[in-house]
Amino acid sequence: MAAKMQFDLVSPERRLASMAVDAVQIPAADGDMTAMADHAPLITTLRPGVLRVDGAESGAETAYFITGGFADVAGPAITVLAEQAMPASEVTADVMDGFISQARAAHDKLRDGDAGQPGLDAAAKLVADLEMAKSQLVG
Amino acid sequence: MPNLKDLKNRIASVKSTRKITKAMQMVAAAKLRRAQDAAEAARPYAERMQAVMSGLAQAVDASAGGPRLLSGSGKDDVHLLVVMTAERGLCGGFNSTIVRKARVAIDTLVAQGKTVKILTVGKKGREQLKRDHSARMIGHVDLSDVKRLGYADAARIATNVLDRFDAGEFDVATIFFNRFQSVISQIPTATQIVPAQFEAPAAGAEASGAQYDYEPSEEAVLEDLLPRGVATQIFTALLENAASEQGARMSAMDNATRNAGDMIERLTIEYNRSRQAVITNELIEIISGAEAL
Repeated sequence: MAAKMQFDLVSPERRLASMAVDAVQIPAADGDMTAMADHAPLITTLRPGVLRVDGAESGAETAYFITGGFADVAGPAITVLAEQAMPASEVTADVMDGFISQARAAHDKLRDGDAGQPGLDAAAKLVADLEMAKSQLVG
Repeated sequence: MPNLKDLKNRIASVKSTRKITKAMQMVAAAKLRRAQDAAEAARPYAERMQAVMSGLAQAVDASAGGPRLLSGSGKDDVHLLVVMTAERGLCGGFNSTIVRKARVAIDTLVAQGKTVKILTVGKKGREQLKRDHSARMIGHVDLSDVKRLGYADAARIATNVLDRFDAGEFDVATIFFNRFQSVISQIPTATQIVPAQFEAPAAGAEASGAQYDYEPSEEAVLEDLLPRGVATQIFTALLENAASEQGARMSAMDNATRNAGDMIERLTIEYNRSRQAVITNELIEIISGAEAL
């Protein structure tokens, strides 16, 4: 069995998790990635998605929904700084629909503005990411 | 000699004032605990954010032409002061100390020939600054409906500030708030948020920071982090301010309660004295009347 690593998940408002785990799967900007103990030091931005934890102590949450932020992987520890985060068990379809409609409104506003807005693709991706996360979490 | 009825009324009114200030003090104490917990909970995020950003900033600084939020707009002419105060009064010198610090900064900047713009957060600061600086005020953020400060409130202010920066409305932004030290001491503080400034990291942190991989790239990560950093700094300031406000209110109300107690004591003594004087007077009248017969 591989060595455990320290996993911390913090949002600006509170610390959601701090525990020893085997591996953490994070929704990095360029695609999902899994970090285990002794991973090379890495800082990556995150897209909205689902973060999964393997080998947590029993009873702890194993999945979280995060709305972007960044992760700091450094050898024996991984710290995820999420803009907003919540345990997957607290996520309901209504919550996700709230995020999605917000993102969609932002996207539509950009699209209806001048053509060639630089943020349009990013906004469209945000909507898609959120819908993907919703389908993973609440089906 | 004031008449007895008046004195009695005054004692009753000061007593009810004391009840109110006592209640406000206890409410502030309960709110203070909550505000301190919130500030405590936000600390890990802010510290981590600062650590990562200062490491990154050093890495990117070497390569010229970093993001504007870091390098600034190249000028130093227009200053934006974000003055954060409370929505409500009755909290001692809390609001005035921030405003005083902001005023000193405004005067210094104006004397140097800079243009000053003011964005106020909280009603009390706007009221105080409006008197002499109404021409410089460019906006106001109202937090009176906010029951519990959330990151979303800070993000809203940050967006407001960053939009103005992108539109070229200012070159340097500074936030003014009270840093919570203890219940009796809050330190008015000014922190520059745009362009971002970092404390030099400790020597140990520097060594480990050098080997990081960045995904997608150092620049992209920094680009993503800087606006978040501004929001985080504003959030921290808001929380510190909230804790300071409750602390200041608590000690102000404690003083008021004590003053009311002293006042009641003095008034009661005066009341008893005049009551005795009235009795003595009546006795003298009766006795001299009896003697005259």
